Order: sequence, then C-alpha cells, then structure tokens
Amino acid sequence: MTTAAPRRVRPSLSERELAPVYRPDDADGTAYDTHLADPGRYPYTRGIHATGYRGKLWTMRQFAGFGTAADTNARYRELLAAGGTGLSVAFDLPTLMGRDPDHPLSLGEVGKCGVSIVTLADMEALFEGIDLGAVTTSMTINSPAPMLLAMYLVVAERQGVLWSQLSGTIQNDILKEYIAQKEYIYPPRPSMRLVVDVFRFCAEQVPRWNTISVSGYHIREAGATAAQELAFTLRDGIEYVQWGLDAGLPIDTFVPRLSFFFNAHSDFFEEIAKYRAARRIWARTMRERFGATSERACMLRFHTQTAGVSLTAQQPYNNVVRTTLQALAGVLGGTNSLHTNSLDEALALPTTEAATLALRTQQIIAHESGVTAVTDPLGGSYFVEALTDRIEAEAMAYIERIDRLGGMVAAIEQAYPQREIADSAYRDQRAVEQGERLVVGVNAFTSDDDSAPPILYIDDSVAETQLTQLERIKTTRDAGAVASALAAMRESARHDGPMMEPILDAVRAYATVGEMCDALRDVWGEYQERAEI
Amino acid sequence: MNVEERAGLERLRRGDDGRRIRVVIAKPGLDGHDRGAKVIARALRDAGMEVIYTGLRQTPELIATAALQEDADVIGLSILSGAHLPVCERLMTLLREQGLDDVLVVVGGIIPAQDIARLEALGVRGIFLPGTPMSAIVDHIRTHVRPAI
Repeated sequence: MTTAAPRRVRPSLSERELAPVYRPDDADGTAYDTHLADPGRYPYTRGIHATGYRGKLWTMRQFAGFGTAADTNARYRELLAAGGTGLSVAFDLPTLMGRDPDHPLSLGEVGKCGVSIVTLADMEALFEGIDLGAVTTSMTINSPAPMLLAMYLVVAERQGVLWSQLSGTIQNDILKEYIAQKEYIYPPRPSMRLVVDVFRFCAEQVPRWNTISVSGYHIREAGATAAQELAFTLRDGIEYVQWGLDAGLPIDTFVPRLSFFFNAHSDFFEEIAKYRAARRIWARTMRERFGATSERACMLRFHTQTAGVSLTAQQPYNNVVRTTLQALAGVLGGTNSLHTNSLDEALALPTTEAATLALRTQQIIAHESGVTAVTDPLGGSYFVEALTDRIEAEAMAYIERIDRLGGMVAAIEQAYPQREIADSAYRDQRAVEQGERLVVGVNAFTSDDDSAPPILYIDDSVAETQLTQLERIKTTRDAGAVASALAAMRESARHDGPMMEPILDAVRAYATVGEMCDALRDVWGEYQERAEI
Repeated sequence: MNVEERAGLERLRRGDDGRRIRVVIAKPGLDGHDRGAKVIARALRDAGMEVIYTGLRQTPELIATAALQEDADVIGLSILSGAHLPVCERLMTLLREQGLDDVLVVVGGIIPAQDIARLEALGVRGIFLPGTPMSAIVDHIRTHVRPAI
C-alpha cells in the first residue's frame, strides 16, 4: 500500500521565501569584474581555476574505513582499481577520541565506524602496497590529528618517499568538533595550539600538504541551515587564520594550505549559491580583513560530501537519486573534490557494491552529462546570482555577530553556535513531522515494502584482533624509548613548545594513540561540554 | 509556550499521566553525534515528560547510576556507532543487579535488522530506526512505561 503525498507547503529546504521568478534587478548590479569576475580571478565567485573542469576534474575521493587496517587496505585497493583518484581515511571512534581498544569507553566501538589505528604498525598495514608518493590521502582526524599525521609521515619515510612530495589533507578542524560533531579531547585553547603547530610544521617540512579542512559538513549534518553552515565554517577559518598570525606565521605561507569542506544538501540551487558565496566571502576576507597579497591565500578550495543526513532507511534505493542531485549541485558549484554517499548509509557502513555505485555516480556526471564543459554554467542566472548575494548577506550577519561575541573560540565557550544548530535541527524535524517538508518514502509516498539491500556487518572480532596485537607490540617495543618520548611531549606541551617533533619521536617508538593523547591529557585536561537540550 | 507544551500541561492538569514520566536520555560510547538525542529529548519534554539528558560519552555504569538517582521510568539510548549490542548487554545486566528491571529501555539509531531480535532478547523494548516520527516514540513510551505510572 502506498500513501499519497499531502499538499506541498514549503517549496525548498530552507525557510527563505523565494519569488516565483527572478529578474535582472533582483541581483546585485555592481560591476561584473569586482563582484563576479571570470573564473580564476578575484573574488573567485565563479571558480578558482580559469579553465574549470577542462583543466582538471574534481578529485573523486571516497571516504572509507572499517575493521582492521588490513580490511581497509583491501577496500582502498578496490577503490583505486575502480578509478578512484584519491584516498580518504575514516577512523574508528577510539582512534578519533584518542583511546586505545582496551579503554572501557571503547567497548563495542573498535573498528565499527572506521578503521582502528593504534600504533604505527596499523598505519603501515593500512598503506601496504600503496605508493604514498603517487596517491593523495585525506585523513578525517581532528583532536589526535598531529599523531595520525606523524604516523603517515613515518610510513612515507619508510617507503622512501620524501615529505616534500606528499600531498593530501588532514582534517585537523577542532572548532567544528565543539560546535557540531563533538569529538574533542582537550579544551579549545590548547587544542588550537595543536592545530597551529601542524600549520607551522607543514609549512616548514610538508609544503604540499593541506594542513586543515575547515569543515561545514558536520555542522550541516548536526542540523544547521545552509547559511549557518557557511557562516560558522568561514568564521572558523577566520579564527584559524587569526591564531596562525598570532603565533607569528606569515599569512602567505600558511593560508594557501587551508582547505574547506562543505555539505551538498538537497536544496539544489541554494547549495550552488552557497559554494559561490563561500569563495567570494573568503577572498574578500583574506584581502580586506587580513591584507593577504598572494592570490592563493584568497582562493577557497573545497571538498564536498553529499548529505548523509538526507539519506533514508525507508526505500533506500531512492538515496541514489538524492545523492546524484546533491553531487551535481557540488559540481555546478565548482567543488575541487567530491565524496558521494552510498545508498545503504542510513543502515550501515557501505558494502563494496554500494560504494562502487556511489563512485560510478560521479563518473557518470563527469564523463556523460556534459556539465564539465563550461565553467560556472549558472553564473549570470538572475536567480542564482540573487541567491548567492542573499546567502552571502545572511552568512556575513552571522560572522559579524560572532565577531561581536569575541571570535569563534569565545562563541563556542558561550555555546552560541551549538544552540543555533540545535534549534534549527528541532525546527527541521517538526517541519517533517507536520508535513511541511516532504521526504519521499518517510512522510510521503510511503510503502509497506521497504526491501532493504544487503548490508556490511562488522562484528566484535576486530576488537579481539586489535587487543591481541596491542599486547604483542607492548611486549616487543622499547619501553624506555616510549616513556621518554611521552615525557618529551608533556614537557613541550607545558612550555608552549613545538609538538610535531616530539610526537614524531613517540610514533617511531610505537607509542599508541591512547598513550600519546593521554600524555597531553595529563597537561591540558579534558573538555566537558555542558549537557543542555 | 508552544502548542505541544500547552497540550502536555493540559494532560497533567487533567491527571491523565499521574506524575510526569521521567526519562533519562543518554549517549553511550565515544560517538558525539547528538542531533537525534537532543531532538528526541526536546520532543519528549514538549510532550510533557521530565527529561534528563546525560550528555555525551556515558558508560553503561554511568547510565544505570543516572537512572537510579533520577528515579527514571524510561532510559532512551541514542546509538549510531554500531556499539549497541555490547552496550545494551552490559546496561541490562547492571539494571537487573540494581533492581531496575522495570525501567523501560528503548534504543534509537542505526541498528542492523539482524540485531533487532538480539536487542529484544536482551530486554530492550522499543527500537527506533531513522525516520521514526517523534510522535510514534512518545506514544510508544506512554503505552509501554511501567504500569505504576
């Protein structure tokens, strides 16, 4: 049995009122060259590359990780063989939270949401047979970002690949953890020191590495509107730039290595406008607020992921269609890199078949649809330009508000973005329940037959494997070397010293992620957010 | 006060609910994705229940203690990470040991179909998958909460 849809009430995902048609006088009439400009020209509204996707397609980077390092290594080889052009590591929750598999809070979590990485030995197994000089790798890790980056660098070293040849991204975006995803360890201020230390170290030694991926993705998934996603993400970016400058880093050396990460949600034109507004706001902010002179410091480069939160457990094959539309919005908005979600992700981590179909979706957009031929093809649309101006204005109002609160760290401490997001999430859920916003298969066109695809099932045997390996490593490594490396980390943390160098020493000694994170917990303590609803 | 809050208050005045149903909403494990936990906590509160949100990173021990101290009628767990079986097994054991067998335990999140029967066998009475309307969860709690209420 299927139910008919109630009459549509809200025409778009956002609460913004739209006119039924747009005209030339709806968009900002200022000069083309200063407001839009050709692709590749400041303020980069129309894109950062003059040649668009003719010069270089976006990177098809599928986020993947589960079970042991060996399990995930096999998936990476499949993705590369299927034509994927970059790797993207999903770590499990114990790794993300800096806990070893034997910690009580790791109960049931080892290898479930991502790959379990405990010591350098796991990182070596993860990239076994993959030339780190030939792939680019993105690593979604935040609080323990310096530890996992150090592991990657040591694996490269052992493969004989120079650090100067490495290319990839470490997420390293702690602010959005306090705001949205909540995978933080330390309080905000010492955490910001760690972030800035990665900027410093990479500027000196890993110059092609993207030292941060300032992420709106998780902010949006937690319930933010498109304007909130844009504003909080760019204001986070501003905060990182300010902290880098305060630490004495020259703007044109570290800002070009900042990258961004946005969501591609379901409101097609709003998303396209969001990406265009993002580039314009960032360019103007870097030049006008911070006085950046290099072009690269003004160019916002970003990765996009389709909206996990839009996927439904009901009628899961519909998710392929949602993801296709969202991916197309990312491409028309000029994304530099893209992850497409798999149809089964409201049910479990994706199977190989579902992950392959998600990659094929990108390949069909890239090679069959013809949309890559012309750069910023919607530029000049009365509607898209008006919407770009509008979302820019909405985001700027938030950015100014956060400036008045004393910046993003201060705003987080006052729980301002957290509350804004929780309010938006609740409004959205009520809109769905009241039938104001339709979700096919959930509150409209429902069906009793929601036949589910086969899912990837990860049992608790990974924890056993990891616990056994941890035991073995602890008995074979040089315990004295570990202890002195951890002591050096504590010492440097206490005296505001460099962090990457002592962390690299600890990694080489096979210290565990939990031990390294504990060393800094000893000095900085742990952050507890106030639980409020 | 919104419509639902007013309706909740109205029911209380009429005495339909006796004392307010007390619900502990908890996020066990290491996962920080709290959108679902917060939305359901607000919805239950708006439906007239007393909601205690534990916040993030709760062990089964902490959740059982919270249920005891708060004299909870219901424990609602939000689990997206795949840790539901070990977490619920441990929690149900602790509840039994502390004589809290009559507390209604419900779970919301990403739960593979093959685990639903196993959770039910552990004593979980209410498993809500993505897309479940908040009103369905409210009704379920009202229907299944211990009869003393």
